[in-house]
Parts: sequence; structure tokens; C-alpha cells
Amino acid sequence: MSTAETSAGHGAGADERRGTGASLDRRTVASGFLFGCGIAASMIDLFIFHLGLQWHHFYDLSTTQVALTADGFFHAFGWFITIWGLFLLADVRRRTEVAWRQWTGAVIAGVGFFQLFDGLVDHKVLRIHQIRYDVDLLPYDVIWIGSAVLLLLIGILMLWRTRPARSTG
Amino acid sequence: MDHDHGIGHGSVGHAPVQGTEAWGWALFDVLVVLALVTAAVGYAACRWAARGRSPWPVRRTEAWYAGLTCAGAGAIGPVAAAAHTSFTAHMLGHLLLGMLAPLLLALGAPVTLALRALPAIRARSLTRLLRSRYVRVITHPVVAAVLNAGGLWGLYTTELYQLMHGSVLVYGLVHAHILVAGYLFTASLVGVDPDPHRASVPVRSAVLIPFIASHSILANWLYAHPPVGVEVADGQAGAQLMYYGGDAVDVVLIVLLFAGWYSATRPKAAVDVPPGVQSTRDLQVDREP
Repeated sequence: MSTAETSAGHGAGADERRGTGASLDRRTVASGFLFGCGIAASMIDLFIFHLGLQWHHFYDLSTTQVALTADGFFHAFGWFITIWGLFLLADVRRRTEVAWRQWTGAVIAGVGFFQLFDGLVDHKVLRIHQIRYDVDLLPYDVIWIGSAVLLLLIGILMLWRTRPARSTG
Repeated sequence: MDHDHGIGHGSVGHAPVQGTEAWGWALFDVLVVLALVTAAVGYAACRWAARGRSPWPVRRTEAWYAGLTCAGAGAIGPVAAAAHTSFTAHMLGHLLLGMLAPLLLALGAPVTLALRALPAIRARSLTRLLRSRYVRVITHPVVAAVLNAGGLWGLYTTELYQLMHGSVLVYGLVHAHILVAGYLFTASLVGVDPDPHRASVPVRSAVLIPFIASHSILANWLYAHPPVGVEVADGQAGAQLMYYGGDAVDVVLIVLLFAGWYSATRPKAAVDVPPGVQSTRDLQVDREP
């Protein structure tokens, strides 16, 4: 690992706010978390459930205006945070070496967090759509929410194990 | 452009029209061709006039001509002709004219090129015009987004869509609005031309997200409520095309927005870092098993 590279921006005076190790750590975690939420929102749902399995419909005609509006915003945020996360990662990478395990932990936590949110808020509270139609939903909901909680816990554990030793300052 | 094009337009509203109305549609096609040729020749002339200046990136020229091609395909030709009877074709034309063409034209940096090509006095007048209050207002991302999204909602949720296919004047105005509002919106968010009042990245993000949301909400809404006179299957196919096609362009807009942020926040070269300085990141990595 190159020292000159990893300490880029550190102590250089310029861009102190963005270039310090602590803020780069936060940026790595933020990048992974945003990217994780984003791929869960925009990729998993779209590619697996809409286009692959075709369990979800493009638009459930019983959906209310409120649910439709909420869905539109989730959708927009999904793409936005996916790309935001990737650009933050690129930014960390050009300033220092990326802590890939920490980043991966944040991605897994992000996927778990979003799937849990989707499973609780979209499916149960707003009822924008269900996972699948004309079946007993209970096992699907249990697997969906259970796997989301599991991913969230794995992600948090990975983040905790790769946390930087910064308490000493 | 096929010879029967004016007659193709004439079949709008499922009733043949002759006389002055057919002439109106033919005139529309002629005006579009004239505008496209003017834009194409004008860009080439500016490049020629600015040939002594620093090199002009080829990708900008490519973007400009690709944008003109998309605009032409969206306004005249087979797609536009089919759009009179098919909502799906209409939506394809709308994507070309209202989203893809504006994006490509904005990436062509026409203002920058004009400033290079014009003599100093004329260039200063152009700058003054661009700094004027009027231009400043309509190129604000919020205003441009309202013009763009508002135009779409107005077109599809009122009787304008039906009206447009019966009157060449309304048709021309709607399509001009779609292209111009799309251009202003794109240029205000990710334009490469100089913008003395460029909004910050958070403001532009705060505009882009609701815009994308409103575009997908409208697409969803159209799926269930196609415009009057549109078949159900045609309406659903068109709505899905609007949804996924809009997504593709929106993702490009987000990428360009962040790419601008990425290059604007480029860190200074780490030349003045004393050798041997350990960052906290090093300590952390060393600590790992």
C-alpha cells in the first residue's frame, strides 16, 4: 500500500473538510449504504421481480394516488442513490485506498435496510404492490422480511468488525 | 422524408382532410426541415469561424448532430407519421424529441461554440443576453422543470392531446415546447455551456428527483388512463415505453450531474504531503487480521 497515495489530501491544508480520514471513512460507509439501498430499490425489484419472475405487475390498478406518488419517489430515489453511492466510492478511491470490506458491509446493510423498508412500508403499510398475486402471502412476507433482517444484521456485523480505530483521535 | 408525408398527417383524427389543412401539415414539415438545416449549417459555420481557436472536442460536434437527428426523427418522418394513429409511436417520438434530443443538443455546447465564433462585440451582446433577467429565470432548474413536467401533464391529462392531432398550429406549438423546455431543463441541470447562475448540486438534485418521480407517476397514470381515443393495449405499451425509456435518459442525467460534481471537487495533487505521513486509514488497515 502506498503511503503517499493513501494520505492524499491529509494534512495538505486544501480541502481539509473532505479529505480527512474520518470523513473518508464516513464517506465509504455512506457510499456502500446508498449503493446497497439503491440496487435493492432499482435493480433487485426491477430485474428479478418485474422482468425476471414477473411476479410484480408494472402497475397494480387498485393502487391509490398516494401509493402511486410514493412509488414514483421511491423509484426516483432508487436510481439517484445508486449513482450517488458509486460516485462517492469513486471519490474515496481517488483520495485513498478503499476499505473494501467496510464498503461491502455497508452495501449488505443497505440492501437489508431497503428490503426491510420495502417489505414493511410498501407491501404492508402503503400496499403499493404485493410480492406476488393469487397466492398465500404469509410465507413470502416471512421470507422477504426475514432475509432482509438477516442481511441487515450481517451488514452491521461487518461494519462493526471493520470500524476504524478512531476513538483515540 | 417520404413524399406522402403531408397526407399521412392528414389522416389525423381518423378523418381525411384536404385543402388548407393539408397545406398546413406540409408547411410544418418544411419549417422543421428548415430549422434543422439552419441548426446544422450554423454549427458547422461556427466551427469554421472558430477554427483558429483551441481545438473543439469532436464528441461535442457528434452530440450536436446526433441531437438534431433525434429531433428530426421525433418531429417528422416515419415515427412522427405513425404517431398520429399510435400512442406508442407518439411516445417514442416524445422520448426522441423531448428527452434524447435536448440532452444531446445541450452536450453539443452551442453557446460556447457561438461565443468562440462570434467577433468580440457580438459575443459580448450574446453574453449580455444570457445574463438578462429573462434568460436567468427560464434557465433556473425549478422553472425549467415546471415548464417541462407541466407541459407533459398538461398534454396528457387534458384534452390537449386530442386537440393537437386536429390542429397543425397546436401540434407545432406543443412539439416546439417539448423540445425547448426539454433543452432548458437539461441545460440547467447538466449543461456544459457557461451558466453564470448555475444552481448548486443539491438544488439541481432536489429538482431532478421530483422530476423523475413525476415522469414515472405520469407514466403509471397513463397506463390506467390513456388519452381519449387511444386503445387500451396501445396506451399501456406507450406508458411502459415512457416509463423505461424515461428511466434510461434520467439515469444518464443523474450520472452527468454527479460527473460534474466529481470533476468540480477534484482534490489538489498531493504533492505537499510530507513523505512518511501515515493516514488513519493505514493504521486501520494494519490493525486488521
